Amino acid sequence: MCLAIPGKVLNIDYTAQPVMGTVSFGGIEKSICLEWLPDVKVGDYVLVHVGFAISKVDEKEALETLKLFDEIDEAYEELQSNEVVRKDDQKRQRPSV
Amino acid sequence: MRYVDEYRDGAAAQRLADRIRAITTRRWNVMEICGGQTHTIVKSGIDSLLPSEITLIHGPGCPVCVTPLEMIDKALAIASRPDVIFTSFGDMLRVPGSSKDLLSVKAQGGDVRMVYSPLDAVKIAQRNPERKVVFFAVGFETTAPANAMSVWQAKKLGLKNFSILCSHVLVPPAIEALLSSPSTMVQAFLAAGHVCTVMGYEEYIPISAKYKVPIVVTGFEPIDILQGVYLAVKQLEEKRYEVENQYSRSVRREGNRAAQQLIHQVFEITDRKWRGIGEIPMSGYRLRQEFSDFDAELLFEVANIQAEESPLCIAGTVLQGLKKPHECPVFGKECNPEHPLGAPMVSSEGACAAYFHYAPIRTRQEA
Ligand code: SF4
Repeated sequence: MCLAIPGKVLNIDYTAQPVMGTVSFGGIEKSICLEWLPDVKVGDYVLVHVGFAISKVDEKEALETLKLFDEIDEAYEELQSNEVVRKDDQKRQRPSV
Repeated sequence: MRYVDEYRDGAAAQRLADRIRAITTRRWNVMEICGGQTHTIVKSGIDSLLPSEITLIHGPGCPVCVTPLEMIDKALAIASRPDVIFTSFGDMLRVPGSSKDLLSVKAQGGDVRMVYSPLDAVKIAQRNPERKVVFFAVGFETTAPANAMSVWQAKKLGLKNFSILCSHVLVPPAIEALLSSPSTMVQAFLAAGHVCTVMGYEEYIPISAKYKVPIVVTGFEPIDILQGVYLAVKQLEEKRYEVENQYSRSVRREGNRAAQQLIHQVFEITDRKWRGIGEIPMSGYRLRQEFSDFDAELLFEVANIQAEESPLCIAGTVLQGLKKPHECPVFGKECNPEHPLGAPMVSSEGACAAYFHYAPIRTRQEA
């Protein structure tokens, strides 16, 4: 019920009331209400629930979350410090933005 | 980066599960609030990846499941009227009332329509001025601003033929109700990321402090949930209890203020009955007085309808995390998605349906 999915803003119609825009979800385009994201720009990723964008996906935080995960890895590696761990294996492959 | 695939990597999930195992020294019970998270957990088998010391308890976080039976009966009564177009999100259509569901009302000639967004219901009202259009406004805080917007728009457009049947519920009072119950087994919570996207997480700080429980705001992909569990277990092991935000790519501390503002313009807080749990004080929204012209419960005089639950259904204990779905004596037998006896079997996010669809082998082994 609280499902919300990220999509990319393709255009914004500020004249509409409420403010509407086209959002692409992996190629499927939908008309979405953008009223609650005053600083949203074309190209931003937004999280959409029942036709309404409820937040802008923060790229920096998204990367931080994946980094937090690296830190968890490092903490684990410290725990296992008697084991020899190859530096390359620690690095997660990250898809490009 | 598309903010989906990165959080579904199987090898990464396994590594995270290993990390959780490495820090776990004793048994812990962690409750995920949201049905969407329950769905991910059971579907992707996260609970079987975790060390056996950690039990995930599936909380009451599916608005479809906790909508009281009499509210469904009210919806059925309104939808059966020939002058009404009854609109609803798809997942409410199959929820059984006392005698039937909305789909069977439709089969008997009722005009019941599924909508993707509450704004679609407003459009239907604009196009059908001679009919009364009612929208079934259920949901948590995530959905509240969207539903509020439908009423706001209808008022602005001067629509006289639009109303909502409102059964909104709020998460923090339910967490408090669970924590203050003497039978509670929950030691930490994964708070629902999309509820917090709208509302922020400041409300959870006093709850965490008062009951000494870690609360981790958590997203919905497998990696999100495993990270949420990791952070919760780490707090438990270190005897800390704080509110942490795993889902920071979407959740800001203060939430979405513009959406909150609209909620407060249209709705006010009220006591609300939760199916399977009972009445929880100050745990729902109802329309404010200024919007009473849009209140279907008043317009169609259904406020007095009462209803009884199936005596076989133990949804109450399941929704409070006291029993797992497959421990219900009629799970998968008298009660299944074709013939649900209780709402957790109807919605795909309900704990019982999630177990039925995704964990048949495991639950049969455990049972
Ligand atoms: S299996 Fe069916 S009867 Fe049992 S608790 Fe779940 S919904 Fe109720």
